[in-house]
Amino acid sequence: MTHFSLAQVIKGALSGQKNWTPQWPDAEPKASYDVIIVGAGGHGLGAAYYLAKEHGITNVAVIEKGWLGGGNTGRNTTIIRSNYLYDESARLYDHALDLWENLSQDLNYNVMYSKRGVMMLAHNVHDVQSSQRHVHSNRLNGVDNSWLTAKEAKAFCPPLDISPSARYPVLGAALQRRAGTARHDAVAWGYARAAAARGVDIIQNCPVSAIRRGPDGRVTGVETAKGFIAAKKVAVSAAGHTSVVMETAGVRLPLESYPLQALVSEPIKPIFPCVVMSNSVHAYISQSDKGELVIGSGTDQYVSYSQRGGLPLIEHTLAAICEIFPIFRRMRMLRKWGGIVDVTPDRSAILGKTPVPGLYVNCGWGTGGFKATPGAAHTLAHTVARDEPHPINAPFTLERFTTGRLIDEAAAAAVAH
Amino acid sequence: MLLIHCPYCEQDLPELEFAYAGEAHIARPADPSKLTDEEWRDFLFIRTNPRGVHFERWRHINGCARFFNAARETVSDRFLLTYKAGEPRPDVAKLTGVAQ
Repeated sequence: MTHFSLAQVIKGALSGQKNWTPQWPDAEPKASYDVIIVGAGGHGLGAAYYLAKEHGITNVAVIEKGWLGGGNTGRNTTIIRSNYLYDESARLYDHALDLWENLSQDLNYNVMYSKRGVMMLAHNVHDVQSSQRHVHSNRLNGVDNSWLTAKEAKAFCPPLDISPSARYPVLGAALQRRAGTARHDAVAWGYARAAAARGVDIIQNCPVSAIRRGPDGRVTGVETAKGFIAAKKVAVSAAGHTSVVMETAGVRLPLESYPLQALVSEPIKPIFPCVVMSNSVHAYISQSDKGELVIGSGTDQYVSYSQRGGLPLIEHTLAAICEIFPIFRRMRMLRKWGGIVDVTPDRSAILGKTPVPGLYVNCGWGTGGFKATPGAAHTLAHTVARDEPHPINAPFTLERFTTGRLIDEAAAAAVAH
Repeated sequence: MLLIHCPYCEQDLPELEFAYAGEAHIARPADPSKLTDEEWRDFLFIRTNPRGVHFERWRHINGCARFFNAARETVSDRFLLTYKAGEPRPDVAKLTGVAQ
């Protein structure tokens, strides 16, 4: 594998960019592995990387039904933040943020992590009070967050309309300066390249049809489009399709899958310096390095695996964007798409062991899994390698839906994920 | 946008007139105090979430306001059938021609 460096870039430039080699091999499955990870998104590939790097387990395969990073990893709006209200969530997402900081250096692959700041708008007195409570709570937890007046918000993000006559007046905003964006595809590619370099097999276009268990109940391997592959341990990290895969092992999960949509505008010159979210009117927006405005919409109300979603949501989102940023009213939208997100009843992830020995699950990230990628991958690898959860993911068990010890982040924070 | 047939109004109407109300045919426990924690979990939280035919409740909220049930294919989002609340769950094999 080529080690990327300034010298390599100069060498590439001088040789007409003709000597670059593939970054990882497309593997064919072996008969058996120590660990199989189902789903080659950022979470799954990252878990394979940390298994190899931190736990010395390199006989690992990551099996993907489509192409690498083609699910929600390639469909999200690339936003990274950690300003969650509850202690459990704050620790998990801040762990991810700590890993984001040095991810490009760690992987020797530029994931284009940009700390441009995520600003959450408050439009009424209730928003102001709950946002300020949120800021204080975050700061007590050691999570970066600060409160801005409307004028300070306007100074930080000039396209914002803060006039009192606005349809959604801006009374202030919470700003997490450490938050920002990263190039989503590069995250999958960087983890894939670094994992493959340590001996992990990445097997694409190979749907897993069933998880097999032995007479003692323990996992024995997976049935795939390329035949049976044996494994001592199986970790499922299949986002919206997790319940379908887990059902084959006899594990029913508290998940429902919904389409979540996003859209981009035509590319324009740099105008938008940060990420702005408005939870009360449900819209969020940033500008990609290519120049497109990246706009996140909501989930459809019904369970679906269609990866499309309905137009009424897009219309609703754009109406809100046009009110908050009148400057964008004449922008043309280029394309929209959907991804299938798996939502838990308390809107927090499930990351840990299952009732089946040797079977682990990482799911329920709902509408906000991208930002957690390194943290989820790191703690999943720990859980699989040691057969016990890392202290950070220990509260995110499947058992909490039996004990009632929920991490009810959606009700607590009232935020989009 | 989905077009949904309201079995009470007997019309195909746009999705915006309706509110989705979750999986159908989940019976409330007859004797709640007898339930174990596992049974509560199954009743409250565990859902079928099928990649295939889903039985679900809808409410014609901007119309007759009544609840009804639907069978819908979750990959194509195509409605196979809508039927009144209280009617038994239809046979999937008859709806799709495929045994499940």
